[in-house]
Amino acid sequence: MTERSYVEVKDLRREFDVSKPWLNRVLEGGEKQYLKAVDGVSFSIAKGETFALVGESGSGKSTVARMVVGLLPPTNGEVVIDGVSMSSKAALAERQRLRRRIQMIFQDPYASLNPRWQVDRIVAEPIRAFRLIEREKEITDRVGELLTLVGLHPADGKKYPHEFSGGQRQRVAIARALASNAEFIVCDEPTSALDVSVQAQILNLMRDLQDRLGLTYLLISHNLAVVRHMASRIGVMYLGRIVEISNGRELFAHPKHPYTRMLLDAVPDVGMTGRQRIPVSGEIPNPISPPSGCTFNPRCPFANERCRAEIPPLLGGVACHAIHEGRLAVDAAA
Amino acid sequence: MTQPVLSVRDLRVEFVTRRGILKAIDGISFDIAKGEVLGVVGESGAGKSVTGSAVIGLIDPPGRIAGGEVLLSGMRIDNLPPEEMRRVRGKRIGMIFQDPLTSLNPLYRVSEQLIETIRTHTNLSASGARKRAIDLLAEVGIPAPERRIDSYPHEFSGGMRQRVVIALALCAEPELIIADEPTTALDVSVQAQIISLLKRLGREHGTAIMLVTHDMGVIAETADRVAVMYAGRIAEIGPVRDVVQNPLHPYAKGLMGAIPSLESDTDRLVQIPGSMPRLSAIPPGCPFNPRCPYVFDRCRVERPEPIQHSEHRVACHLYDQSSAPSEAVA
Repeated sequence: MTERSYVEVKDLRREFDVSKPWLNRVLEGGEKQYLKAVDGVSFSIAKGETFALVGESGSGKSTVARMVVGLLPPTNGEVVIDGVSMSSKAALAERQRLRRRIQMIFQDPYASLNPRWQVDRIVAEPIRAFRLIEREKEITDRVGELLTLVGLHPADGKKYPHEFSGGQRQRVAIARALASNAEFIVCDEPTSALDVSVQAQILNLMRDLQDRLGLTYLLISHNLAVVRHMASRIGVMYLGRIVEISNGRELFAHPKHPYTRMLLDAVPDVGMTGRQRIPVSGEIPNPISPPSGCTFNPRCPFANERCRAEIPPLLGGVACHAIHEGRLAVDAAA
Repeated sequence: MTQPVLSVRDLRVEFVTRRGILKAIDGISFDIAKGEVLGVVGESGAGKSVTGSAVIGLIDPPGRIAGGEVLLSGMRIDNLPPEEMRRVRGKRIGMIFQDPLTSLNPLYRVSEQLIETIRTHTNLSASGARKRAIDLLAEVGIPAPERRIDSYPHEFSGGMRQRVVIALALCAEPELIIADEPTTALDVSVQAQIISLLKRLGREHGTAIMLVTHDMGVIAETADRVAVMYAGRIAEIGPVRDVVQNPLHPYAKGLMGAIPSLESDTDRLVQIPGSMPRLSAIPPGCPFNPRCPYVFDRCRVERPEPIQHSEHRVACHLYDQSSAPSEAVA
């Protein structure tokens, strides 16, 4: 890393207790059970960069997002944003100041806006909560300015969320995220609930705002094409671990990890280039009892004894024994 | 030309509300031949699911079929009495819906649901039906079907459940399968498996498939022909390769450009301004005119009728030689 990274995630872990109730355990003699949703994830994001996490449902990408913004305490590991550790008790005051610079955009714009509030009150909420502006008149001006910034009209502030379409609601959610002068925005599937033409509008808006305001994004998505369009660096997650991390272009041109190759193969080919596709087999295993060793081994065509026994470390941007041992050529899929 | 399996002629579906009549489907026509996959694509509210429901006669009041006809292998089915329609549905038309959990009954074993359906539509004995059910599960790619058949729906994963639903749709060897967003609830890797399964079934059984989805990628992979719907009308219909690579209708062009691609680098996606009109406020003339970059006077007053243009049929005044302004489409 040449420049100082803005967000630094170190060995993040999160377990969920999925045990049966205490009484059942006593009567039936069951053990406590834990689900490792996130198992040792580390990455860093430079200022003004878009870092994306991709993976299928159950890979733990949303859990990482929630830990990064502080909605969920990590079981282990640390999130450092702009030099301030979000978990250390000492830096309380600094953490408070940092809070307003971190915002989140959620998947479902129908659920993330209060239906009983007018839009101007929704957008002004962070301004009031952090006491950024005291005078009501100035707050109104600022809200109008924010709505214009995201492509709405200041007069739209008097409407309720149900009067807007899905795309417009997502614009309101972005305006709210920007209201506290946020620098770092975590976007959890920001366009999954939207139609393609509206998705294009929102993705273009997000990029324009990044250029104008120098925003840093952590983008969570299951859609590889969206990720490729938006992100400068990408981490591929599988069952709570990052299996490959690389810059965007490189990942799509020369995928290394067998799972990444499989994912890329599975994407329907809109361009109809006649790209050869390898049929994918199997499904993501149950995370309560993940396979031993490399969690991808039951679906991997290159798995051997070592893969079944030993967890591969993330070396050179990829966590795969076959690559590390040179059994699998890096350029094979290109 | 041989008779198409499904032929829809000038179909119109309306919903009667207190504020007036909403035209959900406004005069659409298309055919699906034996063994062909027709993709129907469009954004939310374009009327693609309503089209599917109208074909199988599942439009509930206040909706009603207001005009046009639906022919299944030459037989008119849109005006059948409900009891006869019920026999056509399931026997001659199979259905696959988006959410596999809601289309299976959680209280019955998969075997009971399959056997009941098979015995309703064929005269197989109970043991014959069970054997056929196991064959069907094997055909849709469920491992160890003789053991899995007695499981309950919740014991299957999402992808496996969708396979069960497909097996259920295949029970009576229907001539036509209507698949409404069959892969939308699934992860990409599983989605690819289901798509190739649908394709293989269409090919092997000669079943005609109407595939309704908003995912252009799925259409490009699966369909032979594609119909692009907008505000209850077909904007463009043609062979999938032509429509995907060389769309004619300005809406279809916008839609293709809006999809981020894995192959090419673009800084900005094509953006169609605005959004789909509400059914209560469809603009006069061409419904796309307020969002169209090539709009001219005629579009605002006169509704474009589908015009044959090479392999496509496109409903756009730009392609009508007599009226289009000389600075043609880019």
